Amino acid sequence: MTAGDQGVPVLPDPPPTPTLEVADLSVSYRRGARLCTVVSDLSFAIPPGSAYGLVGESGCGKTTVAMSLMRYLPDNAVVGAGSRISFAGADLLSAGEKTLRAWRGNRIAMVYQDPGSALNPSMHVAAQVAEIYQTHAGMSRSDAMAAAEQMLAKVRIDDPTAVMRRYPHQLSGGQQQRVMIAMALGTNPDLLILDEPTTGLDATVEAEVLDLVEALRAEFATAVLFISHNLAVVARICDQVGVLYAGRLIEQGPAAQMFRAPRHPYTLGLLRSAPRRGRTKATGPLDSIPGSLPPLGSDPPGCPYAARCPIAVPRCHTELPELVPVGPHRLSRCIRHDEIDRIAPAPSTPSSPVAGEPEVLLRISNLTKRYRSGGYEVVAVSDVSFEVNRGEVFGLVGESGSGKSTLARCVVGMIDPSEGELRFEDVPVSVRDRRRSRGLRKKIQMVFQNPDTALNPRHSVGHILRRAVALLDGTVHGGARDERVAELAASVRLEPGHLLMRPGALSGGLKQRVAIARAFAGAPALVLCDEPVSALDVSVQAAILNLLVVLQAARGVSYIFISHDMSVVRYLADRVGVMYLGQLVEIGTTDAVFAPPYHPYTEALLAAAPSLDQAVGRDRIRPRGNSSSQPAPPSGCRFHPRCPRQLGHICRTEEPPWQLTDAGNRYRCHIAPAELADLQRASAEVVAAPKSAR
Amino acid sequence: MTSAWEATAAPANGTPDPGWAGRTGPRRSAIGTALPRSPTFLVGAAILLFWIVDAACWRLLVPYDPQRIFPTTLRAPSGEHLLGTDNLGRDVLSRLLSGASTVLTVAPAATALGMVGGVALGLATGYWRGLLDDVAMRIVDAVLAFPLVIIAVLVLTTLGSSEFDVIVLIGVTFTPLVARTVRSAVLAERNLEYVASARLAGESAPRIMISEILPNIVGPIVVEGTIRLGYAIFTSATLSFLTLGIQQPSPDWGLTISLGQIYLQVAPWMVLFPALALATLVVAVNLVADGLSQAVRA
Repeated sequence: MTAGDQGVPVLPDPPPTPTLEVADLSVSYRRGARLCTVVSDLSFAIPPGSAYGLVGESGCGKTTVAMSLMRYLPDNAVVGAGSRISFAGADLLSAGEKTLRAWRGNRIAMVYQDPGSALNPSMHVAAQVAEIYQTHAGMSRSDAMAAAEQMLAKVRIDDPTAVMRRYPHQLSGGQQQRVMIAMALGTNPDLLILDEPTTGLDATVEAEVLDLVEALRAEFATAVLFISHNLAVVARICDQVGVLYAGRLIEQGPAAQMFRAPRHPYTLGLLRSAPRRGRTKATGPLDSIPGSLPPLGSDPPGCPYAARCPIAVPRCHTELPELVPVGPHRLSRCIRHDEIDRIAPAPSTPSSPVAGEPEVLLRISNLTKRYRSGGYEVVAVSDVSFEVNRGEVFGLVGESGSGKSTLARCVVGMIDPSEGELRFEDVPVSVRDRRRSRGLRKKIQMVFQNPDTALNPRHSVGHILRRAVALLDGTVHGGARDERVAELAASVRLEPGHLLMRPGALSGGLKQRVAIARAFAGAPALVLCDEPVSALDVSVQAAILNLLVVLQAARGVSYIFISHDMSVVRYLADRVGVMYLGQLVEIGTTDAVFAPPYHPYTEALLAAAPSLDQAVGRDRIRPRGNSSSQPAPPSGCRFHPRCPRQLGHICRTEEPPWQLTDAGNRYRCHIAPAELADLQRASAEVVAAPKSAR
Repeated sequence: MTSAWEATAAPANGTPDPGWAGRTGPRRSAIGTALPRSPTFLVGAAILLFWIVDAACWRLLVPYDPQRIFPTTLRAPSGEHLLGTDNLGRDVLSRLLSGASTVLTVAPAATALGMVGGVALGLATGYWRGLLDDVAMRIVDAVLAFPLVIIAVLVLTTLGSSEFDVIVLIGVTFTPLVARTVRSAVLAERNLEYVASARLAGESAPRIMISEILPNIVGPIVVEGTIRLGYAIFTSATLSFLTLGIQQPSPDWGLTISLGQIYLQVAPWMVLFPALALATLVVAVNLVADGLSQAVRA
């Protein structure tokens, strides 16, 4: 108790000399005459060789913390008076420019979110990596080259000699991030800062990079600061985790303990709002955190989370809680931290599935889409056929470049397929949107990934919805149109006041609600959802997914739900299609697709998804390499170059047949269902055993 | 238009990036708050405002009638004639103050003409792409390859040279240049999903261009307009100097400089002061353009 009262929270038994110690760090940005506080009184320490995870949603100050540690803050940033950052015992905030230059890149290294833009596009990989050794270790050019090649081998790059000669754009995203990590570790730094290192990468590539970071941590004994919005990723890598909310540390503790038994309502809310295994839309809605993040620099007097907290009492709104110890090595900034367990999860309300014979709403037959790009012909979608029934959610998963968005754009009429046929309500669809009748247009609508760009920033929400109603719903005019807009807004839980605002004044979640309302303006029968929640913060994702489920049930629409997130698809979809390099490789009901036997690619996707459900094995199966950057698809089975279960010659030469499993799903592979199921169950057990023992 | 739309719509397969969600662009509000604080813009605007006021009410400001002939020719600046007199004995200050009105009529009118044409052409080519775009852009390249002065000499010597001709000439030659800038702004906007959403809802192409895209590219259009205004002032002065544009006895600055150059040795004030006036006007417009473009980018 006393530790909290001093204002400077101290861990019960602090390790001798931490590599990094941050105490009472406050950072504000000058905005005109105003100061916006972005980070307030942040304290944490990272002992040598351990990893600290900083978790939080966008705008919570994570990146500002990283930039303060590198002393790379922009000119309008003001570091608070009492702030202290000590690096290996020396004061970092008062260090001179010369000292900083010696530290940066040498003793403190950083890996950024987007490796594509962090590497110099006009320099060979060799020159960039070698430069680190030349400037910091003073090596000769040839020694530096040799050291660079060794380092690339250490970050598990397959053919370092070849990679050295390439330019960054010739590497895949995963390889680029490996090169960045190689450069960061090149000088054997005391502190490695990783700022969302896997956020832009596909799940399979993310898994590889995380494997690498895990392995290198043991090898290099470097202190790691790992910044991410993804709890599951942090849980995997870090020993200690701090959760940031609106610039304040609200909970800190050992990763495993904290995620098992959180001691702050926000941490609990984040953990619960991610769709977990065994939960589907049939078993009830997801737990969601109401409201949205407080605007930057608003700095309410009480607990920043009070407005969204299910157990807030009047005191929470007026008084900022102290960080108090709540167990060994654990801190929480909540006055009701011992009552967290009493927060009830959302009730499970099992709903009966829609009965009756399924009616085919959309039939896609042999759809192919080719592009010409720079002399090459790229086949984005190759001979895809499937049906979507009325009132069902069809999930479409795959890595980026698998053709799922192109397929959606063909269905909605934004682009013409090169070959194949679309039948909607058993009527052939002429494919262009301009030639589509208004009746058809209003029946097939789309929700886009990024709500920031999907809404015209110059129009008010009311104007956007009124236009949609005017164009898509021909039945109402004049005053009735305004009523219809109000109804539509209410159906996606927008307040009447929101109609007067422009999109820029709304949070990401609210913007996506507007986009959803627009798609529903004219009683659609099919809505294509292209990654509708992946641009949103974790805490608002669940609410949007719940809204989509409610709308679907109320209006009997079908969704084609495109996502890279397997857990979201598992929660929402009735049937799932898995795409790889333009081809459908597996299709079936959700339960069937997510259980062995599945296509080795599905298996890899499932294994790669970072998950907080520790019990299930997920480590062993990794596809090799990367899907993109090949102009022509591989011969035989398209997945064979990366397939962990490749049989040999037959996979390379013969296109695999469709296999039908007992559960009713079909997949394209040379391995028969019974055999594949055995293999996959065996490897799941091998991994699960040591995990549970730990 | 079909093929072009497809080519750009295809690679939009997004990778998830929750990192920047929720942040909202500064877009509009920043311009309103940044401009009054930009010294570049304020200085430029002050000078420009002075010349605009002068052009509008020079009759109240001039000490003498600009066409009045005094017996003392080529007189150096003195208490009676603050900036001296010219070869015919006219007051240089009066001619300077009244000369602003021609350039400040011709240049804005020409710019407006070029902007209207250029915005329309830029919207159409950028939105539709395809054959229209290819043809229009090759014409733009051709226009850009010709020095403006050569075109002007050809046109004005054959068609004659009134204020109206100069306005049309500058306006028409500016159109493709403006179109190119507007087109590139349209290209960036048309791939955003709000345009796709409007198309999916069945919005007509002209309405998408004018009601959806145009409001979002006002910033670059305003900046381009200001830059063009500077060039228009410069060009009309050049044409006057070459005596291809406005004719005598107008007190137009370019013309005055041209006529005064033979007296440069004996009466440098005849050239110096109109030249300075022209320079301050062009610099002022450029300062305003800089201030605006900084505010738009911020």
